Amino acid sequence: MSPSFSGRATSALLYIDGVSKTFDGFRAINSLSFIVDPGELHAVIGPNGAGKTTMMDIITGKTRPDAGTVLWDGRVDLTHVDEAGSARLGIGRKFQKPTVFETHTVEDNLLLALNADRGVFATLMARLTSAQATRIDELLALVRLEDRRHDLAGGLSHGQKQWLEIGMLLAQDPKLLLVDEPAAGMTDEETMRTAQLLRAIAGDHAVVVVEHDMEFVKALDCRVTVLHQGTVLADGSLAHVSAVPEVIDVYLGR
Amino acid sequence: MILRALDRRSWIFLGLLFIVVVAVPVANLALEPGSAGHLPSFAVSLFGKYLCYALLAVALDLVWGYCGILSLGHGAFFALGGYAMGMHLMREIGPRGVYGDPVLPDFMVFLNWDALPWFWYGFDMFWFALAMTMIVPGLLAFVFGWLAFRSRVTGVYLSIITQALTYALMLAFFRNEMGFGGNNGLTDFKDVLGFDLQSDATRAGLFVLSGLALAAGFILCRVIVTSKAGKVLVAVRDAESRTRFLGYRVESYKLFVFTVSAMLAGLAGALYTPQVGIINPSEFSPANSIEIVIMVALGGRGTLVGAALGAIVVGAANTLLTGWFPDFWLFVLGGLFVAVTLFMPRGILGVLDRRGPMRGGAPVGLRRKEA
Repeated sequence: MSPSFSGRATSALLYIDGVSKTFDGFRAINSLSFIVDPGELHAVIGPNGAGKTTMMDIITGKTRPDAGTVLWDGRVDLTHVDEAGSARLGIGRKFQKPTVFETHTVEDNLLLALNADRGVFATLMARLTSAQATRIDELLALVRLEDRRHDLAGGLSHGQKQWLEIGMLLAQDPKLLLVDEPAAGMTDEETMRTAQLLRAIAGDHAVVVVEHDMEFVKALDCRVTVLHQGTVLADGSLAHVSAVPEVIDVYLGR
Repeated sequence: MILRALDRRSWIFLGLLFIVVVAVPVANLALEPGSAGHLPSFAVSLFGKYLCYALLAVALDLVWGYCGILSLGHGAFFALGGYAMGMHLMREIGPRGVYGDPVLPDFMVFLNWDALPWFWYGFDMFWFALAMTMIVPGLLAFVFGWLAFRSRVTGVYLSIITQALTYALMLAFFRNEMGFGGNNGLTDFKDVLGFDLQSDATRAGLFVLSGLALAAGFILCRVIVTSKAGKVLVAVRDAESRTRFLGYRVESYKLFVFTVSAMLAGLAGALYTPQVGIINPSEFSPANSIEIVIMVALGGRGTLVGAALGAIVVGAANTLLTGWFPDFWLFVLGGLFVAVTLFMPRGILGVLDRRGPMRGGAPVGLRRKEA
């Protein structure tokens, strides 16, 4: 670890240091350290079992680490926050398999995701404000689902569901988006459009993308972290990490 | 808010309910016995009983159809409401009991008790008893739900513990020491608020009240399910963890809806007891709770109207079949459940409703499992 690392605890949006997690003797995460700056686009790659999903589970409060520091915005200890709590802090998560509310319309999916009071009483009394209606229109345009707005989300194609879920993430207006293999199952054209979209989103929001597809990572054109056996193997531009011999050994192959 | 919550189907349902609530008492009270169209008094109470089941089924549909909580213990909340009302009716008997004790109900005299247990205090006041018919089930549901939902007990495990809950209560209420009349329960009621429970006018009045309670409970549930909170409930049903990651505290929503549902079930029980004339521990039996589930499944989950319809169909079938072939009712009920599950996953309303694909709040039958 570089000496400057611990000094970053307060300036980073997300600061992970020395985190470990063991499941039944299997070390899913092994003293992992990782930093995300505000507005940054950051790709995480690694073979199956490298600990990518566990890392996301730890950030979003689904899994509690055995050891280490997970700090949000330099002040909140994320190891004591649950899923809903992490969402309320401004962490949005997109799963690998698209998960939208299938018996709700596309529009209602976005409405549920919009940043608003999440309490029971507040939602019982909630009315759609004109600002919210405008925001929904904008998001529908952004994810190109305007003509499907009144259709049930269950009837969308796989790619459209992925996009709807990205739209829902944006509706939350999170400070950090965690995106798990967004290009999985997409056509080449959809993949490139998704990369474009994520690049457009970054800047206003920090975006961490977990991905297998190297073409897609290349299109993202951003900093890349390579995970292997729960720890960071290499970090830097795609060109840089591709040249690291260990990375070539374990992941890229020859 | 209420008008916004009612769609066309809701109005048809409320319209039909209104007609029934007016027509049944008229046919019983205004038409001479023996004349065409006269309805015998026993039928008024019988139909009133169906309306209580309908309210109970609507309450279950709120948690099962919309939030995916399959409670196999809703009969417990119904029975607790019934007991709370029964306790008031027992105290109304006063010195007219067989033993003539001015305060103690007959069964307590029989057990040689010399004072009223503390938990019977206050039930001499109607308003107190009426409040308790909803507070007691609501409180039980709140405590039970708080423990279960916070620990993220879901699916079949939750169903099993709700079933255990009602079974445990049944065993407890069978015990004489509990102070609720043991095996015999509470019965021999005389009057309520001074109205003779045996008179036709009182029976008709209770029938009308049951109809009004059903309408009010239905409208309340519609308001909930058509609000944004209702959309959250459906979201929880279809993709619970997604809903959490959007920032909703799923357990709060479940707790809210479970408690409201239990209170409505308690109200249904409170109206049931005076019309049936008895409340005993068999009302807690697990089979009763399963029957409610079948009512909702038959009518159509996640529709509210279907739940009420299913309750009336199952209630009527129960009355007819136990009259004709007493031994076959449980087989018919089981067969009905299998048939509905296999051939009518969206229930009677699903068959009637051919307007195309289901909307938000539609039945769970065809949804995909969450990963």
